Amino acid sequence: MNTANTVNSKIVDVVLMIIIGLISLLCLLPMVHLLAVSFSSNGAIMAGKVSLLPIGFNFTAYKSVFMHSAMVKSLFFSIFLVALYTLVAMGMTIIAAYPLTKQKLRGRNFFLLFIVLTMFFSGGLIPDYLLMRELYLLDTIWVLVLPGAISAFYLIILKTFFSSIPLELEESARMDGASHFRILWSIILPLSLPSVATLSLFYAVGRWNGFQDALIYINSQELYPIQLKLYALVISGQANDMSIMEAQNAGAPVPQSLKAASIMFGTVPILLVYPFIQRYFISGVMIGAVKG
Amino acid sequence: MIHWDCFTLSTNLRQGGKLLQQTRNMKGQSIERKSGINFRSIRSDWQLYFLIFLPIVYFLTFKYVPMLGVVVAFKDYNVFKGIWESEWIGFEAFREIFQMNAFKSALKNTFVLNLLDLAIGFPVPIILALMLNELRVKWFKRSAQTLLYLPHFISWVVIGGLAIQLLATNAGSVNVFLNSLGIESIPFLSENGHWVMTYIGTGIWREAGWGTILYLAALTGINKDLYEAADVDGATRLRKMWHITLPGIKPTIVILLILNVGHMASIGFERPFLLGNPAVRDVSEVLSTYVYTVGIQSARYTIATAIGLFQAIVGLIFLLSADLISRKVNDQGIW
Repeated sequence: MNTANTVNSKIVDVVLMIIIGLISLLCLLPMVHLLAVSFSSNGAIMAGKVSLLPIGFNFTAYKSVFMHSAMVKSLFFSIFLVALYTLVAMGMTIIAAYPLTKQKLRGRNFFLLFIVLTMFFSGGLIPDYLLMRELYLLDTIWVLVLPGAISAFYLIILKTFFSSIPLELEESARMDGASHFRILWSIILPLSLPSVATLSLFYAVGRWNGFQDALIYINSQELYPIQLKLYALVISGQANDMSIMEAQNAGAPVPQSLKAASIMFGTVPILLVYPFIQRYFISGVMIGAVKG
Repeated sequence: MIHWDCFTLSTNLRQGGKLLQQTRNMKGQSIERKSGINFRSIRSDWQLYFLIFLPIVYFLTFKYVPMLGVVVAFKDYNVFKGIWESEWIGFEAFREIFQMNAFKSALKNTFVLNLLDLAIGFPVPIILALMLNELRVKWFKRSAQTLLYLPHFISWVVIGGLAIQLLATNAGSVNVFLNSLGIESIPFLSENGHWVMTYIGTGIWREAGWGTILYLAALTGINKDLYEAADVDGATRLRKMWHITLPGIKPTIVILLILNVGHMASIGFERPFLLGNPAVRDVSEVLSTYVYTVGIQSARYTIATAIGLFQAIVGLIFLLSADLISRKVNDQGIW
């Protein structure tokens, strides 16, 4: 009876591993396929021969994407935008989180309520849009930076991290006459560097993947973040993707590999930072769920 | 602007709720603390206000001002006159939207897609989490989790592009493959019924793995003694799963289910917008995309704001009812 159970259990283990393994692979396969397509030759793609490995390996698609100056510009613009946004957002989140951990801050409860309420209520798309217009932010880089400068959710996560730092450290600094600015800069920040780094990555990934605000607020081609550019190129199809075709010479890849290569451009940076975030994000989500 | 998907939103809300509760608890504490004030710290308190000044300005400008902006729904908004000078029209805009068939269709689609998401998509992370929990080989479990969480970080634009590359009727890789087997193409993206399934499927693909995190967290809280006791009684793995594991995560399931129902009226913009195309507009146009079509593309600000406000109010009613149900079922609200 007991041995039968053990054997059965072993079989269940193996079956489970196979099922979970297949499901996990399913998460990766579309990207692998796309990668293969982006490196494959025209003929192979048209014939439907490309599955998970490139056939007729070549770099033509990537060369075309790099030749297409608008795509490269959009890539560099996105990198600059993400850096600027992350800097602004993290700075704002830090200076908001620190005072909120202080019991002495008069009106602290009011401030907290004031911030939490914004998680439940918002004006909606059109009032947001009209505000951006009134502020003359439309079609500027700032419209992609300022409206999302603080995420109330991340602010609360950071506040929780700050609160977990032992008060004694701060009090001894206070005894030595350190100001709040000094305490924040020299004690709190160095001690919460891992969490600050994690939240920065979250902000950065959010900005890199962000699409809706760019679609609504941005008109000029020079201010197209990568996602909007990809949308114009791969999905809506009506935009100026003719220019990328013109950039091609004879024997250039079919749009399939070109589109695949473009999509890889939008994804690779995420795949590069993913291993770093992955270590932290579970704890990030947990704070929302378990602590408090 | 960061797009909150349903899952983050739910954690979001719970977090918000916790905070409100904390706020209530803090009131008592801050009074106790007042006795220990020292004078040097009072002098440096201005720095705290200095630090929080800019964030407060931020929330006022970018969060609260737009809330006032909903008055546009009650005005005949004129670009040249601005919000305040435009004339009041009362509930005229609301009367108008209820006569628009496109609005009714968007409203219906929103509920249909959300309901299907709930019915088909909700159980998937639970099943996945239960299976992951049964895995005994640590490295395998960890690698599987790494892969399962990955799609959550891929943008909807990229997923939309992937969908076209893989599922398009003539040149999509899946259909090319099917054709090579002599099977006819499946119109994943261009026929209403198939499109809805593609919509649900991509949602599961992106969020199911990520959705396991909360369940896996709940699973770690289950008392190990229960399993040992069950072993002594000779219970099979399936029975242990049914009688110990599942009841152990039941509270989490119930809370997330209620939260999901509470969000029935709200729907993300990017998924329907990026997967949708003119061929399936009848089922893919939802409230969020309709507000964009009417408001941004046709510049009918009053109508679009009214739709947005209507959706927000319905959403609030759903959320409050969800809270009420949660209080009945769980003896505690969702926040």
